[in-house]
Amino acid sequence: MNVYLLCFILFLVGLYGVLTRRNVIKIIIGLSFMEFSIFLFLILIGYIEGGAAPILSKTVVTTRFVDPLPQAMVLTAIVIAMAANAMLLAIAVRLYKRYGTFDIRKINELKG
Amino acid sequence: MQGMSIIVKKVSQLITALIFMYGIYIITHGHLTPGGGFAGGAILAGAFILLVLANGSELLKLKQKEEGSSLTESLAILAFLLLATLTLFFGTYVFFNNYLPGGTVGNLISAGIIPIYNIVIGIEVGAALFTIFLALAIYKEEMIK
Amino acid sequence: METIISVILIFMILGAIYALHARDLLSALISCGLVGYGLVICFLLLRAPDVAIVQIVIETITLIIMVSVVLASTRHEIEADAGQTGKTSIYKIWGSMAMVMIIMLVMFFTFRLAIIHLDPFGDHTLRMSRAYLEGAAERTGSANLVTGVLFDFRGYDTFGEATILFTAVIGVLTVLRLRGKK
Repeated sequence: MNVYLLCFILFLVGLYGVLTRRNVIKIIIGLSFMEFSIFLFLILIGYIEGGAAPILSKTVVTTRFVDPLPQAMVLTAIVIAMAANAMLLAIAVRLYKRYGTFDIRKINELKG
Repeated sequence: MQGMSIIVKKVSQLITALIFMYGIYIITHGHLTPGGGFAGGAILAGAFILLVLANGSELLKLKQKEEGSSLTESLAILAFLLLATLTLFFGTYVFFNNYLPGGTVGNLISAGIIPIYNIVIGIEVGAALFTIFLALAIYKEEMIK
Repeated sequence: METIISVILIFMILGAIYALHARDLLSALISCGLVGYGLVICFLLLRAPDVAIVQIVIETITLIIMVSVVLASTRHEIEADAGQTGKTSIYKIWGSMAMVMIIMLVMFFTFRLAIIHLDPFGDHTLRMSRAYLEGAAERTGSANLVTGVLFDFRGYDTFGEATILFTAVIGVLTVLRLRGKK
């Protein structure tokens, strides 16, 4: 059970970063930590003690496999998270061009 | 974008072919070994990014490359959609059905339509990641000017 | 198995905390890479080689893109504040600490509610997974069961993912191509 708890603490660290940091790049890093913890949690749920990786071959004769469903979902989620991160980075680059800083307080102040 | 020193250029030109072959292997053996379209496509994008980073490129050439990769990506996702829609005219008339014959499990040519989906998704992911990288590189070049 | 993953997770949490507090953005990005590659080791230990391959490649490409963004702009986290910190009252500090404590208690309580009905770690029983595992190779013809789930049982999901990737690329191109007002 304490693995789940550590996973949740990683999520909380990411949430702390998103809420308290003032740099846009740091906020993106915090978001990616939250994504990492969710991926790890989903894979942890599907793990079976002593199970084999879900790939059939002639040498493996066991019938005890790890659950393939969370792995397939996480596989797609990783690529989506990367695309979302790239989108956020593009917006950060535009903000830097416009305001000359990554500080979100100054971005708020210099409106218009 | 400026290139790097001559040593990096030569080594990257030698190594990129190997990385490219490895990516194609990962994509085409996706239904037999670990890997598949997503991983292989990302490896292909990594090979292209290595070439651009090491050798450098002019702004015009970067724009050409971006047009090409963007077009490839759009065509790949269109092919994926068409392959899935084609199912409505075969067999059980269900969207996303596996309508090709299965073959024996473990052969390279087996699993019906899954290898074709793998190849299409691999091209799509690789072209998408390379397009994102090129867009940022072009933006940087234009800002320096 | 649980101990090894706990140790790696503790290292990942330390790296995450350092990444959020580093003064230099480049060292923050490198610590972010530490967390990502620790995740790869966890995936390998948890018998998920497909996910591990995807994560290691995607992490590398994300780091390349992030480092190129940081090198093109600035490396410092925040420009030095010009003495704007006035006196904060003691009640304000106590109030915010109490707020943090309450929020953390509530979140831990809800998380405990969420995981208390799960099976213990390493003893996973779902009817759905048995349905995906038994005879899946004969039904889909794919020796890699993850690929079988991805493109046969759950084809809609993969299609939605490809659409989102396409949309994200269009978004990046649109945002970066905008000509701002001078």
